[in-house]
Amino acid sequence: MRDIDLSAIRARLAKQDGTGQTGPAFWRSLDEVAETPEFAAMLHREFPEGASEFTDPAGRRDFLRLMGASIALAGAAACTRQPTEHIVPYVKAPEDLVPGKPLFFATAMPFAGTAVPVLVESHMGRPTKIEPNPEHPFTHGGTDLFAQASVLELYDPDRSQTVMGKGEIRPWSELSLALTSAGAGQKGAGGGGLRILSGAVTSPTLAAQIQGLLTAMPQAKWIQYEAIGNDNARAGSKLAFGDYLEPVYRLDQADVILSLDADLLDAGAGKLRYARDFATRRQVVPGQTAMNRLYVAESSPSNTGSKSDHRLSLKAREIPALAGAIAAGLGVAGAAGQAPASATAFATEVVKDLQAHRGRALVVAGERQPAAVHALAHAMNAALGSVGTTVVYTQTPQANPGEGFAGLRDLVNEMNAGTVAVLVILGANPVFTAPSDLKFASAMGKVPLSVHLGLHRDETAAHSQWHVPETHYLETWSDARTGDGTVTVCQPLIEPMYECRSAHELVAALSGEIKTPLEIVQGFWKANWDGRSASAGAGGAFGKLTDTTGVDFATFEKFWRRVLHDGFVPGTAFAPKPVALAAGAVAAAPAAAAVSPASSGVVPNSSDTSVGGLEVTFHADPSVYDGRFANNGWLQELPKPFDKVCWDNVAYISPRTAEQLGVGERKPVVYGVEVYLANLTVNGHTLQVPLWIMPGQPDGSIALHLGYGRTHAGRIGNGLGYNANFFRYSSTPWVLQGASLTLLDQIYNVACTQGHFQMENRALIRVGTRTQFEHDPTFAQHMAHVPKPDESMYAPWKYEGHAWGMAIDLNSCNGCNACVVACVAENNIPVVGKLQVMKGREMHWLRIDRYWEGSPDAPSVHFQPVACQQCENAPCEVVCPVGATVHSDEGLNDMVYNRCVGTRYCSHNCPYKVRRFNFLLYADWDTPTLKMQRNPDVTVRSRGVMEKCTYCVQRINTARQQAKIEDRKIKDGEIVTACEAACPTQAIVFGDLNDKNSRVAKAHADPRSYGLLAELNTRPRTTYLAAVRNPNTALTPEPAGPATGGHH
Amino acid sequence: MSQIFNRSANQIARFSLVGGALAVGLVAWLGLLLMRSDFVTGANANVTQPVQFSHAHHVGGLGIDCRYCHTTVDSARFANIPPTKTCMNCHSQIWLTSSYLEPVRESFRTGQSLVWNRVHDLPDFVYFNHSVHVKKGVGCETCHGRIDQMAGIYQASSLQMEWCITCHRAPEQFLRPREAVYQMGYHPAGDQLTIGRDLVKKYDVKSLTSCSTCHR
Repeated sequence: MRDIDLSAIRARLAKQDGTGQTGPAFWRSLDEVAETPEFAAMLHREFPEGASEFTDPAGRRDFLRLMGASIALAGAAACTRQPTEHIVPYVKAPEDLVPGKPLFFATAMPFAGTAVPVLVESHMGRPTKIEPNPEHPFTHGGTDLFAQASVLELYDPDRSQTVMGKGEIRPWSELSLALTSAGAGQKGAGGGGLRILSGAVTSPTLAAQIQGLLTAMPQAKWIQYEAIGNDNARAGSKLAFGDYLEPVYRLDQADVILSLDADLLDAGAGKLRYARDFATRRQVVPGQTAMNRLYVAESSPSNTGSKSDHRLSLKAREIPALAGAIAAGLGVAGAAGQAPASATAFATEVVKDLQAHRGRALVVAGERQPAAVHALAHAMNAALGSVGTTVVYTQTPQANPGEGFAGLRDLVNEMNAGTVAVLVILGANPVFTAPSDLKFASAMGKVPLSVHLGLHRDETAAHSQWHVPETHYLETWSDARTGDGTVTVCQPLIEPMYECRSAHELVAALSGEIKTPLEIVQGFWKANWDGRSASAGAGGAFGKLTDTTGVDFATFEKFWRRVLHDGFVPGTAFAPKPVALAAGAVAAAPAAAAVSPASSGVVPNSSDTSVGGLEVTFHADPSVYDGRFANNGWLQELPKPFDKVCWDNVAYISPRTAEQLGVGERKPVVYGVEVYLANLTVNGHTLQVPLWIMPGQPDGSIALHLGYGRTHAGRIGNGLGYNANFFRYSSTPWVLQGASLTLLDQIYNVACTQGHFQMENRALIRVGTRTQFEHDPTFAQHMAHVPKPDESMYAPWKYEGHAWGMAIDLNSCNGCNACVVACVAENNIPVVGKLQVMKGREMHWLRIDRYWEGSPDAPSVHFQPVACQQCENAPCEVVCPVGATVHSDEGLNDMVYNRCVGTRYCSHNCPYKVRRFNFLLYADWDTPTLKMQRNPDVTVRSRGVMEKCTYCVQRINTARQQAKIEDRKIKDGEIVTACEAACPTQAIVFGDLNDKNSRVAKAHADPRSYGLLAELNTRPRTTYLAAVRNPNTALTPEPAGPATGGHH
Repeated sequence: MSQIFNRSANQIARFSLVGGALAVGLVAWLGLLLMRSDFVTGANANVTQPVQFSHAHHVGGLGIDCRYCHTTVDSARFANIPPTKTCMNCHSQIWLTSSYLEPVRESFRTGQSLVWNRVHDLPDFVYFNHSVHVKKGVGCETCHGRIDQMAGIYQASSLQMEWCITCHRAPEQFLRPREAVYQMGYHPAGDQLTIGRDLVKKYDVKSLTSCSTCHR
């Protein structure tokens, strides 16, 4: 057992003045700051201990014997000729399909009450990659990590494949009959026993179908439930305006933004648009330095918090008081509140700043905060004159808005009372996601007929009498709305792979109709496209629809083709609604805000390993959300933005809380792979959780992430992590008080990548303030000495044609991880599993380094995506003994798999640590469905081969060939790398450096541009644009010295 | 004790020194010869097909253009193997009862594709694009040989990287005018190198020898 002394760490980090021993300005982990011997040893190894060794129990002789045999066999195998391949042409070739050329189809991924508009790349009928739809009027491009990973979900070999009835395989016809007769039986009783439970539905067609059913059976009920929904926001809007309204923010109009525990940029229906608009308002060039300013008060580090100019970590229960104090300061009638002591200066300055930007200011509340805080936020926006400029209110895109936890509770009560005869669950998994006090599974057992529709045979399927495999969104017709209400008609990319049915078909069967999804969806739009029908019901009636230029569609066929082609139905965005604050809306707020933060401080118990009086907050897992993506290997292996843990969830506590627990005195953490377990006790219930010391977490607060502890997820997702739903109650779904932690003398192993691929803390992250930028726009370039190009023994490369390059704007990147998943999908990057990640063998070509700055109690956060920098003087190239990595005539460091013999010299010599080695055969060469996902333009690598980012050379080559065929030059922006395309903030730019007018050449000429480790004279082709923050000088005195980032 | 080896053994030692070196060279040479041989590359060996389609008859005899069947050769990386429908365009009217064509008619009747054996099979880590080669004036014949004389089908070139790179390093040796790309039995009207150098300029042919041109 060895000490990790948090107070010493604090002292080291505080001393930045050059006197005595100083700590780093930017750091990745506490071990790094503490300079533990384990960390130092790790730093000087290429891979963690054991990663590059043969650690199987076999001895040397066994090894030699096996190798001898393998070599003999491999030699023999090499003498054979390639096996005969077959070419199987069509009998009648479909139009437009050219073998070897992908087609792109527009559709949308419905997701938790919103939709992500996408283009899907299809190779010979196989959807392989999700791309953004840049023409979409709301998102204008960009995707999130879930959309990127959804293509793997389609091919998941653990997907449910057959209809199951009472545990046996049954034909669909039998269930269809059962449903139809149940529907008919219920009709007599007015549907009194029929309950339909769904996730948040935005599909106008499905809504109209269910509404039709409810009209025929007025006693039937439709309940909507999302484990992570915006129920509080809806309740808040009802409180403020008397109706369920959706705020749509216009961040491009906002100069000052206050977020009250809202992850505006990386969660919720509008995140893609908001992240984009936010980033555009932070573009600075000399002479034009107007920027927005973001204040965040939050209960756990979030991506939005990482982009803030001022971040205040507060317990969730303290935020209502802060909101009340700020509202009172803004003169909101009826508002009152006393900001917590640590937040008084913050509150005062925020009030001043918001008032100074009336009409250009915005206040946003997050889903964790009670309805009263949302009402307060609405009232503040009204008081600031922001309604209509930075925020508009529209009807909600959800077809059945409600307050889900209440609806679910009523449903459980009815089931327990035995009044529910038929329960149809459409694509939800309430047995896993419902709050634990509802005991949904046992209530379900009392329903005579329960039918579950789902992608997997999950926990709910196990408790249902019938289970129907659900069609993936890439397999079926449907429609969905994005955050602003714009409808996309979703089209299938592939025939359903199994005996699947969609929610549309199930509801139709309940009404006694047997129809295909196409008939249902097309039928709905035939009735609604020209405004003749007003029967759209809950889907929202559509007026006469016109194309984007305002011209009427001549025929339905023209309308249908146009909306399928474009990926949206023009003119379906909701019009802003005029709003008026309801009387007494805010009067109710102080009551909630009156929960005094002083009343429940941290209570140290008598034992020194136990702390009571803690707050628990619940969060969506950044990778698997509420658990629905638990069986998705890409997402499981994705390091989460803040803890960089994959394949697990951990419980965040602050460094101070850790000290109180006694973790500080006996933390034996070996390089972030071992953590202590603790017993978390609330209301007499106890759960073991792995503790994670999270800088920036409020003291006395524990953040738990939902979505783990699945038992019926599949081979990937089963048995990972702990189930935080255990502590979730329908009355307090977001925040829980009175928890206590007891440290156990047990170690838990996590796969955490925060220490992998370190670059020894040189000036990697460069950040300045707006004032510093105005004073010297080139501040980032003075942080390290970059040798001149002629200070090299090697002759410079000459590029007659193109010279590819990339620029990454650190001011825009918010660490959302979409680019990492996009890279995995595009480049056939394998999943290696938890054990291999623990050994540092993850294969991601693109990683996002997360750096903390400042004290561990209130740090700033910086994200830096790092892939191969494609160096001009590449250290990897000169050490390869077999010429497997060589410079191309367009400046790429080509990696030639078929030459590589696996010496790994290149990886050892790479200062950026971006090369990945296939220690084992990681690619799945056997599972048929996974083979279908592969990008046919990229080699699937085998064991013993080095690989790395190629700048998506397959896309470069495709564009070059197309340009040659068309006798033209490659246009700027024609080649879009996978990461660039996926990025919602346009942080990544790729192009030709030889073209002085290209976006990337301009970015390289930007004064903020700097090369990572350029002082090594590697001359990287990827450069970074330094981040510029816009702090309020009243809160942060302007630093006297130059911008932070390194030592010159 | 007498010597075990007498003096003449020195000759054997000398011979075996030289002979050993020669033997190693011989084995290496034989190995290289073997690796380039048709046995390994699969060149010049007839490939059996479900229907013994004769290019000699259709191209040489009837004069059907390559692109009638290989429709995407000038627009995509894959030259396209025609669907059964393309065969039936003519064979729904001629040779209706030929037993030779029964597999074709059966395919058309049943909707089951013909399964052809691949003749030109590059390794999976090689990405070749037909359209760009056609655009730059590489004749079909240059790689595929006299297709118009092939009654059976075979691979006329080694398809080894050495063979690819010969042209990629010095394309002027092989280029022809675009009009003659699909022509069989083309002879340059003059000195190939002079014509080739002009074409390299005219068609803006780059000598692409970076690894990532073909490997990715």
